[in-house]
Amino acid sequence: MIIRGRKIVGGRAEGVALVSRDPVSFYGGIDPVTGVVTEPGHAVDGECVTGKVFVFPTGKGSTVGSYVIYRMAKLGTAPAAIVNLETEAILATGCVISDVPLVDRIGEEAFNGLESGMVLRVDADAGTVEVVEG
Amino acid sequence: MTRVEEAMLGGGEGPAVAKLLELLVALGEVFGAERLVPVESAHISGVSYKNLGEAGLGWLVEQADLGARARIRATLNPAGMDMEFWREMGVPEEFAEGQRRVLAAFERMGVEPTCTCTPYLAGHVPGFGSQIAWAESSAVCFSNSVIGARTNRESGPTTIASAVTGLAALYGYRLDENRRPGAVVEIEANLDSIMAYSALGYVTGKRLGTTVPYFKGLGSPSLESKKALGAACATSGGIALWHGEGVTPEAEAMGPYLAGLERLTVNASDVEEAAARFTGPLEDPIIALGCPHSSLEELGEIAGLVGGRDFGGRLWVFTSRSVYSRAEEAGHVEAIRAAGGRVFRDTCMVVAPLREMGWTEVATNSFKAGHYMAGMGMSTRMGTTRELLGGRP
Repeated sequence: MIIRGRKIVGGRAEGVALVSRDPVSFYGGIDPVTGVVTEPGHAVDGECVTGKVFVFPTGKGSTVGSYVIYRMAKLGTAPAAIVNLETEAILATGCVISDVPLVDRIGEEAFNGLESGMVLRVDADAGTVEVVEG
Repeated sequence: MTRVEEAMLGGGEGPAVAKLLELLVALGEVFGAERLVPVESAHISGVSYKNLGEAGLGWLVEQADLGARARIRATLNPAGMDMEFWREMGVPEEFAEGQRRVLAAFERMGVEPTCTCTPYLAGHVPGFGSQIAWAESSAVCFSNSVIGARTNRESGPTTIASAVTGLAALYGYRLDENRRPGAVVEIEANLDSIMAYSALGYVTGKRLGTTVPYFKGLGSPSLESKKALGAACATSGGIALWHGEGVTPEAEAMGPYLAGLERLTVNASDVEEAAARFTGPLEDPIIALGCPHSSLEELGEIAGLVGGRDFGGRLWVFTSRSVYSRAEEAGHVEAIRAAGGRVFRDTCMVVAPLREMGWTEVATNSFKAGHYMAGMGMSTRMGTTRELLGGRP
């Protein structure tokens, strides 16, 4: 299955999906050293985003979050790609300065069909997300 | 995109320009901008080492290394400490070292180290209608509303990108149709102090979120009251632009768009309630003034009120270097010092590492400062300048 979305930051990546139904704040919500989500009560609290195709509705929180994504990329703990329903400025900024592919507007139905553990191939240049396995 | 912009994006002006333009294009994509637009002024936030940490510092150094240089006038928001008197503030050595590296990276990029949230009081005043790229929510509100320049609520990276490329994506408050008000706010309260305008802003932001307000009944606010109003609006909500009947330069042109708008009233009890939220049991608080940074007139008022008193090092006033030097000449700095107070430059109570400095109980006249200090876990109380300095709360 190939899902069509909108390219925000180009690039390609393939990885295991981590799907959150809650919005994500990289500043204060994720430990940049371990890549683990640390926000209490969050849909994916305790999960590691490193190397994953990280799927969530949108971003939230402080604009410092852009720099956290950059730091994770430098430390090797960043997600392989990010897929959103509707992205926003903090995530877009973080992904550009860190070279993390970012696609959004994949549609509610496709978003609801994605689950953690699936293997996804993201071609952000083409704005597509392909379910390879699962 | 123009041919020049295409060439910049392709690396024709070096890797820093290419990467930073890519950032502006991506944001233009997110917000549906049709094209880029030249900007003539940038004001850059994300300067305090407290907020940046090693992650942000690393990115800034990388930009400077890659050759990022400002091609338009660019000034800097406050840092986490007075760059000269940080020891007197009680800032730890390690923090000071990080902060110095941040400033060094910005200076290599050709950014003026103004370290103030009020660049418009330090000689950086854009023209009416000009496209600018400003961060710092209070300065965004002032430039959009009081000056009539045009900017969105930019971030650290986007203002650096605009400074280096001279461009911004054309969307949001850069366009006429988005500068129209979305609500009329009628005031039935006595706006008799700067704090009252700050409270009005705080109540309005909380009720309206990001909607552009059109105020009726603002009276004749001073520059200081206008800066306090906008700062508070931008703190409790996400307001980037307000109009004031008979007060702001675009208000008159908004007349045709007022019919049918949502109307709300702010009265005296709303203002009192806003202040009451911050009243806690306090003994001998640190009095922190200068959010946004004090003007020369505010420093003069403070100097006039503290005569003959001893605040024992527990009165802190924040301002810009530019205003400080004029206040020094006028004798205000010495008057405040003689009363056991201090005037610091380059920083403020919102971005300094207050916990590490040992602060726990604070009093201020600014709802923006009150909001952030309460968020940092400080026991916080509001009062007018006169109340705070006239008798120890």
